[in-house]
Amino acid sequence: MAEPRTLEQTLPVHGQGLVGTPWWGMLCVIATEGVLFAYLIFSYAYLATQGPAAHWPPTGGPPSLAIAIPATIVLLASSGTAEWGKRAARARRVLTARLAYGLTIILGLLFIALSMKEWSDKPFGLNENSYSSIYFLLTGTHLTHVAAGIVALVVALVWSLQGRIHAGHEQHRTLVTLYWHFIDAVWLFVFATIYLGPRLA
Amino acid sequence: MSTAYDDAATQLGRAHSAEPVDQREPASPIPAEIAQTLELAWAEAAGLKGWLGSVDHKVIGIRYLVTAFAFLVIGGLEALTMRVQLAGPNSDLLSPEQYNQLFSMHGVTMIFLYALPILSGFSNYLWPLMLGNRDMAFPRLNALSYWLFLAAGAFLYVSFPLGAAPNSGWFDYVPQASAEFNPGPNIDVYCAGLIFLGISTTVGSANFIVTLLRMRAPGMSINRLPIIVWGTLTASVANLFAIPAVSLACLMLFMDRNLGTHFFEIGGGGQPLLWQHLFWMFGHPWVYAIVLPAMGMVSDALPVHCRRPLVGYTLVAMATVATMVVGFGVWVHHMFATGLPTLAMSFFSAASFVIAIPSAISVFAWIATIGTGRARITTPFLFFTSVILLFVIGGVSGVMTASLALDWQLTDTYFVVAHLHYVLIGINLFAVVGAIYHWFPKMTGRMMDERTGKWIFALMFSGFNIAFLPMHLLGLLGMPRRVYTYGAGMGFSGTNLVITIGAFLFALALLWFFIEIARARVSGRFAGPNPWDGPTLEWATTSPPPVYNFGIIPLVASRHPLWEERLDESNSDRSLFAEGFLLDRDKETIAVTPLDGEPDVILKMPCDSWLPAALALALLVLFGGMLLMSPWIGGVGLLGVLVILALWFQPHSAPADEEEVRVYG
Repeated sequence: MAEPRTLEQTLPVHGQGLVGTPWWGMLCVIATEGVLFAYLIFSYAYLATQGPAAHWPPTGGPPSLAIAIPATIVLLASSGTAEWGKRAARARRVLTARLAYGLTIILGLLFIALSMKEWSDKPFGLNENSYSSIYFLLTGTHLTHVAAGIVALVVALVWSLQGRIHAGHEQHRTLVTLYWHFIDAVWLFVFATIYLGPRLA
Repeated sequence: MSTAYDDAATQLGRAHSAEPVDQREPASPIPAEIAQTLELAWAEAAGLKGWLGSVDHKVIGIRYLVTAFAFLVIGGLEALTMRVQLAGPNSDLLSPEQYNQLFSMHGVTMIFLYALPILSGFSNYLWPLMLGNRDMAFPRLNALSYWLFLAAGAFLYVSFPLGAAPNSGWFDYVPQASAEFNPGPNIDVYCAGLIFLGISTTVGSANFIVTLLRMRAPGMSINRLPIIVWGTLTASVANLFAIPAVSLACLMLFMDRNLGTHFFEIGGGGQPLLWQHLFWMFGHPWVYAIVLPAMGMVSDALPVHCRRPLVGYTLVAMATVATMVVGFGVWVHHMFATGLPTLAMSFFSAASFVIAIPSAISVFAWIATIGTGRARITTPFLFFTSVILLFVIGGVSGVMTASLALDWQLTDTYFVVAHLHYVLIGINLFAVVGAIYHWFPKMTGRMMDERTGKWIFALMFSGFNIAFLPMHLLGLLGMPRRVYTYGAGMGFSGTNLVITIGAFLFALALLWFFIEIARARVSGRFAGPNPWDGPTLEWATTSPPPVYNFGIIPLVASRHPLWEERLDESNSDRSLFAEGFLLDRDKETIAVTPLDGEPDVILKMPCDSWLPAALALALLVLFGGMLLMSPWIGGVGLLGVLVILALWFQPHSAPADEEEVRVYG
């Protein structure tokens, strides 16, 4: 006699990490955003090699590393703190996790501040020439992603302080941390393009 | 063996009968005691919330189809206006500027607002049914994708009534599209609108990809997927990789026009060709994205009417993917006349020849399927076979233009117009009309009329060929594209008149087709679960399917679950329909492992929600602010987007980590 039955076997509900669907969704986001940066870097290289400019960058030599290197270190460190926060939360050490994510936010804000400093130090503005245009667009697109990541981290931290996110919400932390790692990894390509590229040429 | 199908099939052409075509019970049973529970969990909310907030993939799929057809009508009316203008020489029905706007909006509408969305509609409707699951991976994202498509479509038309619609062609080349030569709002609408539409396509694509990876019936391994799933999957992956190129190009052009940057402007060190590279890096993969799912529909539906499985399933699936891979390496063949180095162009020319090979594999597979099957001359069969013919004609003219030397003679002439309409209408629209005839019974529970269907086919096929075949000749004679008129003594007049007559016949056939849809919707013969006797899972449930698709989630054991007895694979397992996962505790379904389709996790699915429509509205405000260059309007939109996203991702009280499995049987 066919009828509805409840088995003793269980299956995870939603699941964590690779088992859940949101992780795969985030992978799609990262893929398409990563490709966006690839096209930006392509455009940079195309304007550098196929444009009418005789020198690249046309405004003096390669950009200074004085702020870029500290900013890079800050951003890489923030990836470390985000990962630390995720693992602490998994081990149910709530305070450590909040501290680590708070530190990540501060480091992210520091990176934005350093970038703003570098922007304002530039002797040229957005519409000077093709180099200034692609420079501000490439770094600006990355900064927008950093800002979006910070908003996501702040919202998650507020939820945690309100007690709305707790141990069971591994998925939220996994996704926000994964996105943050992506922002850092992309910066390395942006950095290589803008700061190392002209030095190799 | 003789089947209910053969009896039903012979009745198809006969007088209207009150009996459904297929009088069998659905293969996937829905016992009364579980139907009620599932109905309660899955039914849409009453009233406006249920309408605006629906997350049912079937509702969204049909909305996509209806909206895309509406854009087809708009784009078609634009084409007919142009054909009236071109019917005779020196006509002054349209000014050159009006003509520019009409051909630009015709291209934008057909390529962006009809050709892909119509296929998204089919895939949205069919995927979960074919894959044997209850919904897409992200139902709210699915709704968002539709609302964004609708909003972006309206956005692209916002300046049309003002006489300031996009007017530099659907590919919008700079410097023609730069602020210096085109100062009005026309191109700004184009740039902002395409970025906006890109979000819709991107989220839709991500949803298809994750759905394919996870949302299938147990046992639905990747070697058992219907070909439309392969086609839409391939197109979706390609979209994720291609759309950022056009979004970036549009952003750069918008900045060049409004913020004084120099990406494309040579005086400031920019390079106009960068636009063409970015546009076609997107544009050519996109061309395949708007045909591969349609080819998939032919691969799935044509064999049903030939009463045999598709010949060369594995080859066709692999060729689908291969076409797209090569499709990323041919974009420069749109730029043969721009003065690039010959060596570089030779590579792209060679790649363009090579791509004919995977494309041809599908064609040969279809021909072999017809040749070795027992074909029934139904309306869908006629449309699908005409796809083969038109694809071959369009393919051959495509191979001709892949040749560098010949392309220099043919580029920017009507030969190219003929080529692109043969491939796009031939593979997309003819497949779509056939697919409507094929799947309409599943969507509505009623058949479309076969007798008028054949007349519609005859009119559409002849109208199309009368309209577009002579364009090859005009192109060879040297008539240029995108020019609003021609002189009386140039030898183009008679041919153009024939083309215009053909275009009106073609449009008449489409009008008749829409009338037939409306008629069948009300008074078509009842279909029953499987009127064509198809082999795949969508035919296992009722027509139309219940909101939860399957009462008992099927267990799939082969590529043709409903043909297993007939194919007599006696030593293999049989698919199970009468027992399996029930999952009736809540609005829930099953997710499987990506490759093997093993049951992996239980998913609690979201209910109707305001959020997708609200997010689309907030983004509309954001892009409106961008268009008006108003930080205030844009800021309000952005704030709305952030708040809605926070609501979207807000944590729910964590559900139990695990749950005991509910089964039936």
